[in-house]
Amino acid sequence: MCTTCGCGETDQIMVTDPKTGDQRMMSHDEAHAHGHDHHHGEDTHSHEHGHSHDIRPTAETHGRTIELEKEILGKNQLIAERNRGWLAGRGILALNLVSSPGSGKTSLLERTIADMRTEFEIGVIEGDQETVHDAERIRATGCRAVQINTGTGCHLEAEMLERALGSLDPPSGSLLFIENVGNLVCPALFDLGEAAKVAILSVTEGEDKPLKYPHMFRASRLMLLNKIDLLPYVKFDLSRSIAYAREVNPAIEVLQVSATTGEGMPLWYDWLRQARRQLRHSTAAG
Amino acid sequence: MHELSITQSIVAICEENAGGLAVKSVTLEIGKLSAVMPDAVRFCFDVCSAGTVVEGARLSIIETPGRAVCEACGAEFAIAAFFGKCECGSRSLRIVSGEEMKVRELEV
Repeated sequence: MCTTCGCGETDQIMVTDPKTGDQRMMSHDEAHAHGHDHHHGEDTHSHEHGHSHDIRPTAETHGRTIELEKEILGKNQLIAERNRGWLAGRGILALNLVSSPGSGKTSLLERTIADMRTEFEIGVIEGDQETVHDAERIRATGCRAVQINTGTGCHLEAEMLERALGSLDPPSGSLLFIENVGNLVCPALFDLGEAAKVAILSVTEGEDKPLKYPHMFRASRLMLLNKIDLLPYVKFDLSRSIAYAREVNPAIEVLQVSATTGEGMPLWYDWLRQARRQLRHSTAAG
Repeated sequence: MHELSITQSIVAICEENAGGLAVKSVTLEIGKLSAVMPDAVRFCFDVCSAGTVVEGARLSIIETPGRAVCEACGAEFAIAAFFGKCECGSRSLRIVSGEEMKVRELEV
């Protein structure tokens, strides 16, 4: 496995010629040069133990097996549930915005804040690997914003949200947008404690992204198709894109918007109002 | 590279449960639909376990195949991706296995 590109070992890479339908397994070195060795299969994997077994009198000769059945992401899930409780207790609607880099998440937020600030108190938590540019853009709208820089990390985790909530201290009844790191893979796996994930796909991207990154579109409650003002200039099949999204997630809701022209944005604002009503209802019922 | 932070969690779970003893082997269960690549975890494992009681442990990964139940007709079948179509035509599938991400057991 390559730490640079995140790709798998040779047996995971399939090359398909779409014209002929030919498929072949690709050798990893064909894909790109690697500076490290790739023999991690169990058969070839031998480890030297850094200790001598007979100096541990408490350990049995043949070892002791401890059955765990522990969820690997259990700790993240626990903190996410704590965040969810904290947010629900304050009637705060938190939405986790996920997309590729460049889909227009920050522009969409700027527009949403400008149009909705009289109706909602809005706070924003920005996640990026580096820079505070996005938080500065949000702050320029007069809205409260906190930036989380993940460094080499490719996604936000529940613990990061917990810390950000501590410094943002969003008021009760407010609307909280969490702008995740631009990445359609990793953020799908990490629950932060949000009420819902909202996937943003712009029409300048490929319409088949829901099929290429199914985990993300499956985890999202809503897909915002952004930049629809550019439809006349790009080759993007809107109905096919929606069909692909429903293929991976039959329940996904879809709205078409342009953060630049404002087209379709009232539908998004109605969705936000509705989501907040639902949150209040579920909190009151619970 | 979510496998890096996932492997850090794996090592942390092992450390918490090993009672200070050196871990000889770790068995994981990773479903084939889980978006976690076993090879990536194997790669990260040596790096993340270095300097801990888990260092040098043998890593076994059980890869659970994906299975789904059709919500419309109740048929159960194997799937390679978590979306698809039942023979009855329905796309409404419930995943019954293949999404596991667990530390099954440790040997100390």
